[in-house]
Amino acid sequence: MTDLLTIQRLTKAYPGVVANDDVSFSIAPGEIHALLGENGAGKSTLVKMIYGLVKPDSGTMALHGAPFSPAEPRAARAAGVAMVFQHFSLFEALNVAENVGLGMENPPPIRELAREIREVSHAYGLPLDPRRLVGDLSAGERQRVEIIRCLLQDPKLLIMDEPTSVLTPQEVEILFATLNKLKSEGTAILYISHKLEEIRALCQGATILRRGKVVGACDPRQASAAELAEMMVGEALHTPDRPPSEAGKVVLQVAGLTSESVSTFGTRLQNIGFEVRAGEVLGIGGVAGNGQDELLSALSGETMGASETVRLRGEPIGHLPPNPRRTRGMLSAPEERLGHAAAPDMSLVDNAVLSGWQREDLTRGGFVRWGRARAFADKIISTFDVRTPGAHVAARALSGGNLQKFVIGREILQRPDVLVVNQPTWGVDAAAAAAIRQALLDLAGAGAAVIVISQDLDELMEVSDRFAALNAGHLSAPRPARGLTMEQIGLMLGGAHDMDVAHTEEAEHIKETYQDSHHEETRP
Amino acid sequence: MNLASISPILLLASLMVAATPILLAGIGELVTERAGVLNLGVEGMMITGAIFGFAIAVETQSATLGFIAAAIAGAALSLLFGLLTQYLLSNQVATGLALTLFGLGLSALLGQGYVGIKGVDVSKIHIPLLSDIPVAGPILFQHDLMVYVAILIVAVVWATLKFSRIGLILRAVGENHEAAHALGYKVIRIRLMAIAFGGACAGLGGAYLSLVRVPQWTEGMTAGAGWIALALVVFASWKPWRVLIGAYLFGGLTVLQLNLQAAGMKVPVEYLSMSPYLITILVLVIMSSGRGRAHLNAPAELGRSFHASS
Repeated sequence: MTDLLTIQRLTKAYPGVVANDDVSFSIAPGEIHALLGENGAGKSTLVKMIYGLVKPDSGTMALHGAPFSPAEPRAARAAGVAMVFQHFSLFEALNVAENVGLGMENPPPIRELAREIREVSHAYGLPLDPRRLVGDLSAGERQRVEIIRCLLQDPKLLIMDEPTSVLTPQEVEILFATLNKLKSEGTAILYISHKLEEIRALCQGATILRRGKVVGACDPRQASAAELAEMMVGEALHTPDRPPSEAGKVVLQVAGLTSESVSTFGTRLQNIGFEVRAGEVLGIGGVAGNGQDELLSALSGETMGASETVRLRGEPIGHLPPNPRRTRGMLSAPEERLGHAAAPDMSLVDNAVLSGWQREDLTRGGFVRWGRARAFADKIISTFDVRTPGAHVAARALSGGNLQKFVIGREILQRPDVLVVNQPTWGVDAAAAAAIRQALLDLAGAGAAVIVISQDLDELMEVSDRFAALNAGHLSAPRPARGLTMEQIGLMLGGAHDMDVAHTEEAEHIKETYQDSHHEETRP
Repeated sequence: MNLASISPILLLASLMVAATPILLAGIGELVTERAGVLNLGVEGMMITGAIFGFAIAVETQSATLGFIAAAIAGAALSLLFGLLTQYLLSNQVATGLALTLFGLGLSALLGQGYVGIKGVDVSKIHIPLLSDIPVAGPILFQHDLMVYVAILIVAVVWATLKFSRIGLILRAVGENHEAAHALGYKVIRIRLMAIAFGGACAGLGGAYLSLVRVPQWTEGMTAGAGWIALALVVFASWKPWRVLIGAYLFGGLTVLQLNLQAAGMKVPVEYLSMSPYLITILVLVIMSSGRGRAHLNAPAELGRSFHASS
């Protein structure tokens, strides 16, 4: 059998960095092929070249044995290549049918399209109402929109960029069922991920990228997760160890916390309540958009409410803005590194002052004490191994992992009694992520109460003492993290939102009729 | 004060005429903003359209050629804005303000020879039967053609945005330019077209002032109409038919205050002249205080520059 897609010696360089260096691999029809690598390994650039968004500097691609060099996504789509993006390419203020139509070459009239969406989505176990606004959908449902958009074009090759990062475990299972069904119909899938267990369960082949180069290829079903990880990272990974600590007194109490959403399509918090003790890590899991941002901003003081909703060591602080909370020892690090946790165009020293001026005594009489500020920034950089030419560099110039280490380190060095972090390792390479987790555990070991809000369930299981799930603005009762199974967690996260497993016969039938009607339409 | 001297029929009839300039400029700006571009240079494009329209019409003795020239001039000036903001990535707010100042200066320079000259006659249409209906005839069916062209433009814009594929793409670009780019749409090209359409409409609106409403050329004759048109788009929460309603509301206010002045109302003239602008501010405050619908309708990428990275 000839290969569906063959890539040979593809190279793409950007100023200062070679994103892809001499990359070659091939995919057979009906194969689920994994593209494995850390953030910044060049996976995204590679698939953008296949999808026609980026032009390679050198190298060739062949589809069905014929030369393939799409000048734009339109050409790639016409050749049968479809892509589900990591950051969804969806339009929140438009409805599902309009979103699907925008991704198609020659969409049928909107009413017809709506009918097709309804049929195909049910056939593949991903029900969707074509008239709903995308802004009102959950992350899992949004992904369905992307997938359906691809399926309606009958792709030969489907590219999926980190598809499971926003799904609950149950939704992942259903997605895998859909992908396996597509595979059995002969569609090849290029599956990008850094989650090893998923790849071992799903894929027949894997190409591993590191710093733009292919460092290995294997059959992931034969290799162990540790082998794959080592190929991906290039070194054996250090898993954080948790110093045994006694849970102390209750430091933070939250009760009856209800708040408005922070953005137009955000989620309202509904009567949230929990307690955190000194020396304890509370992990809060949940799929993005279920109230994480709102919870962080209610705890940091960006949104204020009734004073009794948040109590620090018994003192009501729910009505206080961030600075008084900081002086009392309650610190936070939001999810968005650039623009929320740090001012992108200001130097690391400036950014250190912005958050630490009170607790680190960096101002006097209204003037900044630059000497102390510089010393504080340097201390963060050395303590947390932030790789940067110096503290004078703009925050924007740091890589995601290094800036995240700086942002988290900046709060930890202020000796918080309570630290709230949202997505502390999102988009961070594995080594930096391990360092950040270790720092959070050390902080808890030193007697602080730590709240980790994250979508990465593996991370939460690694660091938390207790686990609670945030679902549509509601927080479940926290449970001891040790001994929780993925299935239990999935149920806590709300399970699968009205998905049914793909129904094969029905799918076949609908697909046939759909194609028939299409061929008739295209006939002259 | 003699309120009886105000004729309701004449008042309503002149309302449509008074509303047309801001209606034209407003619907053009609406299209520009739906594509995600905030062009604050409406005033400058209007007055440029006003002088080009007036000059060409006087030289050729043809109002039609005047309007065409005004549209071209408005579009050309807006494309200057497009070049600066879309390719050179300058700040849209600052560039728009500069465009207004530039347009005011340019028009004053070009208009020096045209001050005090009489304009051309723009004929009013007469539709048999319809124009002869008592009351409704004079109010609705005895205007010049541009009044109806403006309404037609609103209808076409509405239908295009709602039903056509190009309208869908335009909205998509204004909603999420990264996603539109990822799907392979030419964000910058689509935005330039929207900007040019907005400029052409603003030019038409300006020419309507100098050719029909006033009709002569005086320096700075738009007198803030461009800013009212900008406010109108927010007032209409980016929906075409609401621009029409808003334009008639503001047009009505303008006409009413003129009539009240003429009737000798015992209020200083300045207060009456202020009223349309005060109402504009008031409406904007009310619209932006409600966190609900108005916010939801604003194009998400409004005023943000797009640069295709990687």
